[in-house]
Amino acid sequence: MSQSATLVWFARHEFRLFWRDWISMMTAGKRSRESVLAVVAVVVALLSHLLAYAIIAPFAEAGIWPDKTTLVTVTGSAILSWMLMLSQAMESVTRAFYARASLDLILSSPASARRLFAVRMTGIGLATTLLMTVLASPFINALAFIDGPRWLAAYGVLLAMGALATTLALAVTVMLFRSLGPKRTRLVSQILFAVIAAAFVIGSQAATILITSSLSGISLLRLESIVDFAPETTSFIWWPAHAAMGNVTALVFFLGISLALLTLVIAIFSATFEDHVSAASGVAYHRAKKRHRLTRFRRVSTKHALRRKEWKLLCRDPWLLSHTLIQVLYLLPPALLLLHYVGESVSTSALVGLLPILVMASGQLAGGLTWVTVAGEDAPDLVTSAPISARAIITAKIEAVLGAVGFIVAPLLVALALASPRLATVAVLGIVVSAFSGTMIQIWFRAQARRSTFRRRQIPSRIVTLAEALSSILWASTAGLAALGSWFAAGAAFAALLVLAVTWMIRPR
Amino acid sequence: MSLPAPALEIRGLKKYFDRPAVDCLDLTIRAGEFYALLGPNGAGKTTTLRIVAGLLRPNAGSVKVFGIDALSDPIEAKRLIAWVSDEPMIYDNLTPFEYLEFVAGLWSIDATTGEARARELIEWLGLAPYAHERCQSFSRGMRQKVAIAGALVHEPQLLVLDEPLNGLDAGSARQVKEVLTERVRDGAAIVMTTHILEIAERMAERIGVIDKGRLIAEGTLEELRWQAGKAGNTLEDIFLDLVAEQSSVP
Repeated sequence: MSQSATLVWFARHEFRLFWRDWISMMTAGKRSRESVLAVVAVVVALLSHLLAYAIIAPFAEAGIWPDKTTLVTVTGSAILSWMLMLSQAMESVTRAFYARASLDLILSSPASARRLFAVRMTGIGLATTLLMTVLASPFINALAFIDGPRWLAAYGVLLAMGALATTLALAVTVMLFRSLGPKRTRLVSQILFAVIAAAFVIGSQAATILITSSLSGISLLRLESIVDFAPETTSFIWWPAHAAMGNVTALVFFLGISLALLTLVIAIFSATFEDHVSAASGVAYHRAKKRHRLTRFRRVSTKHALRRKEWKLLCRDPWLLSHTLIQVLYLLPPALLLLHYVGESVSTSALVGLLPILVMASGQLAGGLTWVTVAGEDAPDLVTSAPISARAIITAKIEAVLGAVGFIVAPLLVALALASPRLATVAVLGIVVSAFSGTMIQIWFRAQARRSTFRRRQIPSRIVTLAEALSSILWASTAGLAALGSWFAAGAAFAALLVLAVTWMIRPR
Repeated sequence: MSLPAPALEIRGLKKYFDRPAVDCLDLTIRAGEFYALLGPNGAGKTTTLRIVAGLLRPNAGSVKVFGIDALSDPIEAKRLIAWVSDEPMIYDNLTPFEYLEFVAGLWSIDATTGEARARELIEWLGLAPYAHERCQSFSRGMRQKVAIAGALVHEPQLLVLDEPLNGLDAGSARQVKEVLTERVRDGAAIVMTTHILEIAERMAERIGVIDKGRLIAEGTLEELRWQAGKAGNTLEDIFLDLVAEQSSVP
């Protein structure tokens, strides 16, 4: 047996768990799929590199120089990526405080909680970096291939970004713990990491809407005004961009600072890790003590009893917020466009861009909520043993999900109806069809699971994830094209129906 | 005058997984009877009870609850049944009061009646101080008491209980036993599995011993003693002899 409870020992233990967890997630727990996974990984890597090459080549073949436009573009992309890294790191750090199972074992042992904390936080930093590396590597490799190996320094910048994201996530989470207490921290941090994840995209869309009165995006970074407004190329704020472009001094400085900061916050906060975990474990008790009100039974039908139960549980799910909030936040730019319309500086035709966003968000939201209410039913035996047919149970759950989606999108639909009743009608139809499709896909492939495993709902079947995404995208296209009066809408609708038909045919029986 | 229908009548029940879990089981439980179903691990007790509760479909056989065919008319049969498993089926984010309201809603119990019963059960089971707290902070024993309250709130005529006293402390177990005995006195039938033979010995009017999916002995404690030919022995001795005898059969 190796020497117990050293940093290396903990690191090896955590890595083994991470690796097995990841393999299990990617192969849906079937070892026979490991070779398939390897082949798929190679094919995906090849295709993504080809795609990245095609995107990069037109800009990079003549050589890329660190002028202001390039520095703005690289820095903007890095900030966008870092927002996502920060969001992921915040979620992981928060979960690290609230996770119980393995912590109970380790914290009840004579092993050092500080070492475990150091290893887990470093692990979060590495996992955060790894995820972004997977996404960015085709572009970095394509740049290195076309414009020279200096671009490989971008991997170092990614590592520094991962360390910085973890540093900030850790500092913010601990500060929240200290200032708000463990109960509110879970809620506030979820809102924060959802907002951060969506912030940059939403912010850039919102700014674009205000400037151009349309929803056509990210090109904001290339606007002359921003480049003009940006500091000179020698400014220190461009150091990360210079580092990514192969400036070794900038890279060493940026990486060194980031790693030193991470080490420092781990060293500072590891002493209180055990206290925070203990406080987090008492959340349920404290929450319960405050709820002391007299209620009365209400006269409801069996189906409504089911719907009410689902709505209550959805509202009270402590982790659901972060998973649905991002989808809700993506509705903010359309809301902004609508508000802008009320100010009468946007034409009705510009509102057409809203429909695909509304329809797609509704489909995705409905799919997620259906998983929670159907697969994540925590007392399946109770519901099945009740004198109500299986069909009625499912119908009530579908109604609960569609009701929840309707509640979220209703204000936007009302505003849209005031602006354009025709567009509102198309939107309602698109939302209903998209949400219903997302719901049915989840129902066809339902498999009982714990509600707390929501984050891994894609594990049992990649088909569900793919079908859900395709269906919502195609219905979104249908709604957008229908709003424009294009006959191509029929083609998109046919493709969506085809996806549903194929999904229905291959459903487990 | 015809005899009243038995609370539970199982005939030729078969359920296969990768091997027979229940194999040609016949069982009859009268209304107002407390019946304990005993057997070693994997004997088919839980599978049998899950079929009765409508949670599993059998491969063959019939199940009648107060004369209602539970396989062809499961909804009507379920109106009369309550199921409690050894794993409490409750929702972490509902309070006991809300949970009982939900269960009453599922069984279409009138709100006023359901609420009165819920308050009575909450009081009986010692849950009153926690009635409006979410179940997430509850101990296993308290969760099991909430589940049992849920099973009783719609006043079932047949209670199907799978190890219902698991995880309960002595005081809670006594509370639950008193509530169950009260229900039997009021005319409900109870079929319960348990590994605590003392409970079966004290509470059950009749005891069935099941092994490899088959009923190998049935009767009152005295009748079982007589069958085993060991007067004065405890139920534990009789049970172990019967199971050992059965396992020696090829």
